Amino acid sequence: MTVAEKQRHSVRAPDPDVALPVIGPSQTFGTVTTQISSVILSRKTPWPWWGTFAFGLLLVGGFTVAVTWVFGKGVGIWGIEIPVAWGFAITNFVWWIGIGHAGTLISAFLLLLNQSWRSSINRFAEAMTIFAVMCAGMFPLLHLGRPWVFYWLLPYPNTMTIQPQFRSPLVWDVFAVSTYFTVSLLFWYLGMIPDLATLRDRAKNRFVYGLYGVLCWGWRGSHRHWKLHETASILLAGLATPLVLSVHTVVSFDFTIAILPGWHSTIFPPYFVAGAIFSGFAMVLVLAIPIRAVYGLHNLLTERHLNNCAKLMLATGLIVAYTYAIEPFTAWYGGNQFEMYMVHNRAVGPYAWAFWTVIACNVVIPQLLWFYKMRTRPKPLFWISIAILYGMWLERYMIIITALHRDFVPSSWSNFIATGWDNITLYGSIGVFILLFMLFIRFLPMISMYEVKTLLPFSSPGGGSEK
Amino acid sequence: MTPAVPLYGLVAEFDDPGPLVDAARSVHDKGYRNVEAYTPYQVRELDELLEEKPWLPLIVLIGGILGFLTAWSMEYYIAVIDYPTNIGGRPLNSWPSFIVIMFELTILFASIFAFFGMLTLCGLPLPHHQMFNLRRFARASSDHFFLCVEARDPIFNASAVTELLAEFEPLQIYHVEDD
Repeated sequence: MTVAEKQRHSVRAPDPDVALPVIGPSQTFGTVTTQISSVILSRKTPWPWWGTFAFGLLLVGGFTVAVTWVFGKGVGIWGIEIPVAWGFAITNFVWWIGIGHAGTLISAFLLLLNQSWRSSINRFAEAMTIFAVMCAGMFPLLHLGRPWVFYWLLPYPNTMTIQPQFRSPLVWDVFAVSTYFTVSLLFWYLGMIPDLATLRDRAKNRFVYGLYGVLCWGWRGSHRHWKLHETASILLAGLATPLVLSVHTVVSFDFTIAILPGWHSTIFPPYFVAGAIFSGFAMVLVLAIPIRAVYGLHNLLTERHLNNCAKLMLATGLIVAYTYAIEPFTAWYGGNQFEMYMVHNRAVGPYAWAFWTVIACNVVIPQLLWFYKMRTRPKPLFWISIAILYGMWLERYMIIITALHRDFVPSSWSNFIATGWDNITLYGSIGVFILLFMLFIRFLPMISMYEVKTLLPFSSPGGGSEK
Repeated sequence: MTPAVPLYGLVAEFDDPGPLVDAARSVHDKGYRNVEAYTPYQVRELDELLEEKPWLPLIVLIGGILGFLTAWSMEYYIAVIDYPTNIGGRPLNSWPSFIVIMFELTILFASIFAFFGMLTLCGLPLPHHQMFNLRRFARASSDHFFLCVEARDPIFNASAVTELLAEFEPLQIYHVEDD
């Protein structure tokens, strides 16, 4: 076959996925700046913002009451007892921290892979990470029973002459989660500095000017700054990528290091990481779809973004589905009667409803994403994402409860029943997340202006200078 | 023409990255070194004109090594010297269990060094800079491109620089005051 023939054979119909543009038509540097900064500086705050903010505030009110009550009465107000000592608190912790992972994946991993489409979603995905980790971090502390002495978790010279035990995964968790939070915060802030300078330069009064002027550290966009900024971003991305994998691995160690059937499994680290990214992308879509509708950002958050997030969700969802299949196989192949019982009990026992709902939400419903129309239409995608978020919460609930409620000694078997306080605390944490996120989109640039500008066709002198 | 206040530099304003890069190259070729371009995003074509050594990766490496050593020495000190605990007869220095925290602190220290290293190398925080004396400079963070040839350059000559910059048809050439 000649070269010409080969070329003729390789000509195919354009792939609809590749043909979708990353950024809408007829944008200039000026319109990008105006569109994104006006949300903060000049546009009237839209009513859905106020509605969502009020809703978040209401939930936070409930959360405050629930947390005060936990401080006053202790964790006995929750449904936990022996043998189910890890109830909602640890479920919520694992769920929230998992949600955070997609943000880091988008901002760090896709940066290293040069995926330019990430530019318009990475800022708020990274914000989502930080707020999700904040929500996550509260639960182990509340679950301590004596949250006011949480600092005993850290090694420091003390008069009690005791120290943390570094062979325990719970101590690893303290380091992993606090490192994750700090690194995510630094990465997010680093990426925001040039945009904060834009807000400073467009400020209409001295207070706003001073506020963003301080926050941007005096950034002036000199070429030397940009070069250092890029180096720092790439280095932080390179550091954050293994970190994000390590965090959920360490979270899964909390389970696997125990000898409990249903927890003690080597598949947990990759299973947890895939599940985390799966639920995180669902949260990215749940946030992105309403935001682009309310703020009219269809030209920046295009169908290409929805499509790509949906594909990543489908891929990680399949990894999760594989793990669901391999768990009973390992139990059967290993021939351990306790493992076999756990698998059996999970599917037909008192928590069978949770197991089958998990299968429906995390395995069956995501199969809709094989269809191009499902991946690019906002409404079905939004509801599929909600189903996945619910399914992933329930999955952690199922893992924790079904493994714990049937102890090795049948005399200590008992079921877990969540109390109202359990539910108020869970919904309250969602309120904390909503509130923080609403404040973020009101006061900080939710889309990275300078990164979107590099996507414009005339941003590079080599790409021609037509306007 | 001699400005009443000392001159910080001559600044050309462009609304397109193309002539900015051409002007920067030409100024560089003429031997000027105290030159700075201010752009709303990173213009990669300018990278080749930078002659500074990239110190940041080294700073981050040092941070990472420091984090690793901090974690290891902390864990060793606590587990072996300060508070030894016999758990199932395992060695006091059970380093495989210590790996997780060593890894986390390596990343943590390296990231903190990356963030503050970048700010330090950029000379930030800096609340005021001479470029802010130019009102139009506010557009450098939005949609316009500025090239500044600083007066402290040993071969600086105001009229020669103005002539050189004018070749690239900037929107305007400004005298920026020093302070």
